[in-house]
Amino acid sequence: MTEHTEDVSGKPPSLWARILDSDITYSFLRTPSAIIAAAITLLAVGAALLAPWIAPFNPFDPSQISLWDGKLPPAWAEGGQPQYLLGTDNQGRDMLSTILYGGRLSIIVGIAAVCLGMVLGVTLGVISGYFGGMVDAVIMRFADVQLTIPGILLAILINGIGRAALPLEFREEFAIYVVIVAIGLTDWPQFARVTRGATLVEVNKEYVQAARVIDLPGWLIMTRHILPNVMRPVLVLATIGLALAIIAEATLSFLGQGIPPTTPSLGTLIRVGNEFLFSGLWWITFFPAIALVVLVFAVNLLGDWMRDALNPKLR
Amino acid sequence: MKFAKYLGASVAALALMASAASAQNVLRWTSQGDALTLDPHSQNEGPTNAMNGMIYESLVSRDADLALQPELAESWESSADGWTFKLRKGVKFHDGADFTAEDVVFSFARANEESSDFKEQATNVASVEVIDDHTVKLRTDGPNPILPNQMTSIYMVDKGWAEANNVVKPQDFAAKDETYAVRNANGTGPFKLVSRAPDELTVLDRNPDWWGEGQFPGNIDRIEYRPIANAATRVAALLSGEVDFVLDPPLQDLKRIEGAAGLKVTTVAQIRSIFFGLDQGVDELRTSDVKGKNPFKDVRVREAFNLAVDKEAIKRVVMEGLSFPTGIITPPGVLGNTPDNDTPYGFDVEKAKSLLADAGYPNGFSIQLDCPNNRYNNDEKICQAAVAMLAKIGVKVNLDAIPKAQHFPKIQNRTSDFYMLGWGVPTLDSHYVFQYLLEGEGSWNATGYSNPRVNEITQVIATETDLAKRTAMIDEAWDIVKAEMPYVPIHHQVIAWAMSENLEAPIGADDALRPRFAVMK
Repeated sequence: MTEHTEDVSGKPPSLWARILDSDITYSFLRTPSAIIAAAITLLAVGAALLAPWIAPFNPFDPSQISLWDGKLPPAWAEGGQPQYLLGTDNQGRDMLSTILYGGRLSIIVGIAAVCLGMVLGVTLGVISGYFGGMVDAVIMRFADVQLTIPGILLAILINGIGRAALPLEFREEFAIYVVIVAIGLTDWPQFARVTRGATLVEVNKEYVQAARVIDLPGWLIMTRHILPNVMRPVLVLATIGLALAIIAEATLSFLGQGIPPTTPSLGTLIRVGNEFLFSGLWWITFFPAIALVVLVFAVNLLGDWMRDALNPKLR
Repeated sequence: MKFAKYLGASVAALALMASAASAQNVLRWTSQGDALTLDPHSQNEGPTNAMNGMIYESLVSRDADLALQPELAESWESSADGWTFKLRKGVKFHDGADFTAEDVVFSFARANEESSDFKEQATNVASVEVIDDHTVKLRTDGPNPILPNQMTSIYMVDKGWAEANNVVKPQDFAAKDETYAVRNANGTGPFKLVSRAPDELTVLDRNPDWWGEGQFPGNIDRIEYRPIANAATRVAALLSGEVDFVLDPPLQDLKRIEGAAGLKVTTVAQIRSIFFGLDQGVDELRTSDVKGKNPFKDVRVREAFNLAVDKEAIKRVVMEGLSFPTGIITPPGVLGNTPDNDTPYGFDVEKAKSLLADAGYPNGFSIQLDCPNNRYNNDEKICQAAVAMLAKIGVKVNLDAIPKAQHFPKIQNRTSDFYMLGWGVPTLDSHYVFQYLLEGEGSWNATGYSNPRVNEITQVIATETDLAKRTAMIDEAWDIVKAEMPYVPIHHQVIAWAMSENLEAPIGADDALRPRFAVMK
């Protein structure tokens, strides 16, 4: 494509070499904001995934909580205790551990919701672009109608229906899946529209025509030939969508509609801490809020850079 | 200068409007949960009774010091077979109808209906005899020494109005009945209902034709009640002057409110105890992993639950010191509470564990705790604390904290295994607690607990006039309950009210706002 050197030895370059030699890596190494964002994202994701091993306590295990340790300020403040670095919440849970576990939930929900939205949106988008006509019209009108409704309202609606449909005793257990489905179902039209646009371009190219001439079945053309060529914009959208999904989860939980306080996500923590702001227990809401801001900001920066790096028009 | 003339006119008009507005004393207040219904006989719940008590009236009422006061009855006297009440003359319902003895007969009949939540009090009256238009005799099955005490929350309803609007029977709340009386009201009280949007806004206007006009210090012209579920939002509303009065400010914010200019906090020990109920009545718990038997049938399990809850930690950390840990489900001030039975069960994790092991549950079991999240001081937080405490003896508790409108039917329909409840005692007598919470058929007794002797005492003390004998029986019943532990008592609440310094409202140990005594400066 561009100016990188050709391997003259004749051997096909290894995967690692190809990655190192790619445009993306080239752009990445020359964008400091992307490096920082990637570092923070990796750190956050790593810390979240490793939470059970690196967190000093398990805040989801009620037998480890002592009420007498409740409402302690951060370790450096007056009255703080060294084993609770960022203080404790009103139930006596270590804030640092709770944030690590909560961040994990937020990231898992975000990724799962984006994956759901992506699978749904890309499938419908490719089908829409490939077949055109009535199929296209119906799917796209659905997407258009849904896009006119603000995402968070729709998520609250789907979430509310999901919770109401569940018997009481399962509500808490399945709350996380309900939230994932609610956000995922809110996300899909963006993916569908982008994929459809890209598919429309690809459908008319010679390789697709050729595949049609040799009478390959439609699903094979869509999955083998079109899909790999429409994934670039989808990946960009997915990265930005991840940040939005994390925010959507936090919003739902902040409104008391999402993850329950027994196993809090970042949004739930901010909501619970909010009740204690007036009484001066600022750390219960402040640290989860900072964690959320940093996480979302980093993912967003990464998405921004990816959009620039993958957009041929900007190069 | 036409323009100047218009300007002058509109300024004058504005000034007029402003003076009209300031002449009106509007009391804007909030609390976490709305009255469940305006039907005065449907739900015997504190905030519901308090709200209905502004619109409706009973024969006898209590002032803020909980002393008995004449309300729709001017005087009463007892005889061997009942009590004679002289009714107040010239009292009119808000729709203009006269209040007469017929309405008393009707109201007691209504409070005795199957769907009424006041049966336990109303059944004390065997029949109502009309002597003349303004005299009634409430007949009892034998002497009843405390009948006036039992009349304070049985509100009087107009017979004609109820018949015209098809609300002769109370709303069946647990069955989600919706009747005319749920959102409309026609009482004799100091305030008239102007508009009612449940969980949003209820507006009451001063009743200029009220019989007590001029006899009470209150100068409130209009009451606007707007429930706010979120505690921090309630405080913010008070701090910003959006409301004048918060019935239930979060305890951790009291210091901040007291420190704010123009605001004050008053506290009083409340006639209300908070406790957990354990359902020992069913053969298999609905939400437990123990199948084929009910662990709560074993008194050792119930004792283990009592020992596992650290009441002192709840007081210090959750309640900010504003509670009295206890071992009984009724507070001091109620006949039957003694310093002896008020002493909490100890806190002893090791003993609790060994009791569970003895009972056959060395590794504990799982269960769901049903908890309201907008009723009592820090209700959900107490439940969260209990989850952690019970985890330490191996009991895995799944907490379901929901609004009281969904929580209470679970108790009344007896479909909860393990639940939080709070109980106030308007009669200031243990009989009320026995009737509702300990007697086998008590309408709020979802524990399935039924002890023949306690049931018998509940019957006998209703008519026992020998005070010493009566008190001895009450003590005996509490001793039995204390040993058999159908409940896990936590504490008696302390009420804290936060209000603007411009407002003088006497705080009552029953947590009811009495606007007829409220003065705005």
